[in-house]
Amino acid sequence: MNQEPERGLSRRRFISTSAGASAALFLAACGSSSSSGSSSSSSSTTSSGPVTLNNLFQQQAGYSASDLAGMTASFEKAYPHIKVNNTLVAYEALHDKIVAAAPAGTYDVVLGDVIWPAEFGSKGIVQDITSRVSSLPTSQIFPGALVMANYRGKYYGMPWILDTKYLYANGKMLKAAGVAPSQLRTWSGVLAAMKQIKAKGIVKYPLLGSWSQAEAVVCDYAQLLGAFGGKFLDGSGKPTFQSGGGLTALKFMKTLIDDGLADPSSTSSLEADVLKAFAQGKIAMGLNWTFQLAASLDPKQSTVSKDDVMIMHTPAGPGGAAPGCNGGQPLMITSGTKHPDEAWLYIKWITSQSVQNKYVADSLPIWSASYTDPQVIKAAGSQLVSVAKTQLPNMILRPQVTNYNSASQALQVQIQNALLGRKSPQDALNAAASAFTSGAPPA
Amino acid sequence: MALDTAPSPAGPGARISGMSWRARTREGRFALALLAPSIVVVFGIVIYPILKTLYTSLFSVNTPFAGHFPWVGLDNYTFALGNSEFWSAVQRTAYFTLVSTGLELVFGMGIALLLYAPLRMRWLFRTIVVLPWALPTIVNGAMWRYFFNAQYGVINALFTQLGLQSSYHAWFGSPFEALNIVILADVWKNTSLVAFFLLAGLTTIPRDLYEAARIDGYGRFGAFVHITLPLLRPVIVVVLVLRTIEAFKVFDIIYVMTGGGPANGTQSIAFYTYQRAFSDEYFGYGSALAYLIVLFIMAFAILYIRLLRSEQYATA
Repeated sequence: MNQEPERGLSRRRFISTSAGASAALFLAACGSSSSSGSSSSSSSTTSSGPVTLNNLFQQQAGYSASDLAGMTASFEKAYPHIKVNNTLVAYEALHDKIVAAAPAGTYDVVLGDVIWPAEFGSKGIVQDITSRVSSLPTSQIFPGALVMANYRGKYYGMPWILDTKYLYANGKMLKAAGVAPSQLRTWSGVLAAMKQIKAKGIVKYPLLGSWSQAEAVVCDYAQLLGAFGGKFLDGSGKPTFQSGGGLTALKFMKTLIDDGLADPSSTSSLEADVLKAFAQGKIAMGLNWTFQLAASLDPKQSTVSKDDVMIMHTPAGPGGAAPGCNGGQPLMITSGTKHPDEAWLYIKWITSQSVQNKYVADSLPIWSASYTDPQVIKAAGSQLVSVAKTQLPNMILRPQVTNYNSASQALQVQIQNALLGRKSPQDALNAAASAFTSGAPPA
Repeated sequence: MALDTAPSPAGPGARISGMSWRARTREGRFALALLAPSIVVVFGIVIYPILKTLYTSLFSVNTPFAGHFPWVGLDNYTFALGNSEFWSAVQRTAYFTLVSTGLELVFGMGIALLLYAPLRMRWLFRTIVVLPWALPTIVNGAMWRYFFNAQYGVINALFTQLGLQSSYHAWFGSPFEALNIVILADVWKNTSLVAFFLLAGLTTIPRDLYEAARIDGYGRFGAFVHITLPLLRPVIVVVLVLRTIEAFKVFDIIYVMTGGGPANGTQSIAFYTYQRAFSDEYFGYGSALAYLIVLFIMAFAILYIRLLRSEQYATA
């Protein structure tokens, strides 16, 4: 007699528990943002309460993982109530991960790229932080750094990684070929030097380009386009790279492949491959970011003698222009963050002059004054600082368009089509230019 | 106890049926309660995304956030079907599917026959053969990318030292060659799965048949053609269905090995869809592409299932 009601009660309890669990599962499945929001908001009821920042960074180029860990540790020490979780992914996955995570508000701070403020800003993926950036002494920041986070007069990030592609050369190979380093100041001089190196049989292919189907090839192309006096877009925003300097730049790249001066594997290589080939003494020269210098000077990673590692200003074109590709990467605050103030505190900390001055091996500071700081010069090396001082104020931006990713992909494919001889440079660039203005799905 | 165990005056059936109505209702509720979490989960992670993707494919959605978007009807589908990039990706994927599945079947059959043979240490061979399949695809892709790297890859070093080539070769230098190297990596990984399916099929064939074939004068090849192959056909069809569907969806190995390059030469339809949806943020178009992939796979599945049925009828 006593068992029956007990059994009924137990079932009712079970049903109510199941309903509760079902509702929780449903919410978990359908509303990840709401759950994450509630959990995070509970931890940020007051600005002085415990807060956890979840941030997204990249693994390669720029600051190393250990540099980032050091910067973060010092921040957590200064702000004990803020805990920082940094996730590092490959650069190739960074954009898509930011986009995919945006609705859920997974990250508070994300590392952007100079080519994304237009897209992320116009779509509300990251916050407009103009007022925050303007509160800093921006006149002390390199102008080339400030533009990396700016789109139509608004700041969608704070400049952090300031980088461009330098020309690296193997001094021993140059000497053996009878090439004076001063010859590498112009692209015509570089061309002649590569022919000398090849003719003397020092290496089969003097140069390796990072011309894989990736953003890397657009960076190298941008650098050459700037040197040959070209522009990506005209004043009204229409593509102009299919003629003039843009066309000459692609023809130049094709000549390097056709004449056996650039390694044919350039079309499947990234910057990491250029670094390895240079560090193993397989190539005489190549364009790459700052991080190549430290790795090439490290005997554990490089067989090239320290004295033979040369970093130089990117060569100039016939008109004397020698802009480096602006490879700046700003830190952005996502629109979904529940902790914008704490996120800004973190950004301000790791972009500060004092913190950046401590970590100069792989990336130089955004602050002009750092380049005369004896400690920075000692840590980064006078060779890098002296070339950076003239190269960093002289950079070219890739086109600031809201559909940059699809436009860039089209440009990458067409550059490769030209380099592989599947299309003439003119036809390839015409096709790429049309992709800048058309080819989008119906709207 | 006596009341509980005494039979009802109206007979046991009346009591049971009287109780069963209430019991059925109660049991029904209980069953529903037990199933509710599964229903919610299945709806949440399977049915809802499927329906949401279909709904999204009818709009022009170019942001990851929820909102009001312009209705475009079937325009995303017609845009894809009229797009040369889409059809190029379909052709490459079809080539990848055909060649990789074919090679996996041929090599898989060879390995299955070897593993079926009465060898010493057969268990060891079977363990070794399964290893490639146990390797995560991402690791497999990264491994083969390093093997074929033009600058420091082991393949170039090996071939050069063996005198098979005079200098280092850019294996990913041409689109077609790169696609074939991706196929090689895929075949290396998935052949073992095919081999084990076929091995399972081989073990079901009675040995007596081979004995009878030998008495009838058939050699090993004759026995393979007239006994092994016909009896393995249902297994082969199942393997083909599974591998074709998987190969048509190929994404991860391409993402790791080539990123779709050079010159889009290894861009599969799944990779193309991913790029349009997540890199370019054309979510409506990406959703339409996802449904088109489903249609392609459904066509394959229907074809194979018909083949399987016809085999069943033939053997019945």
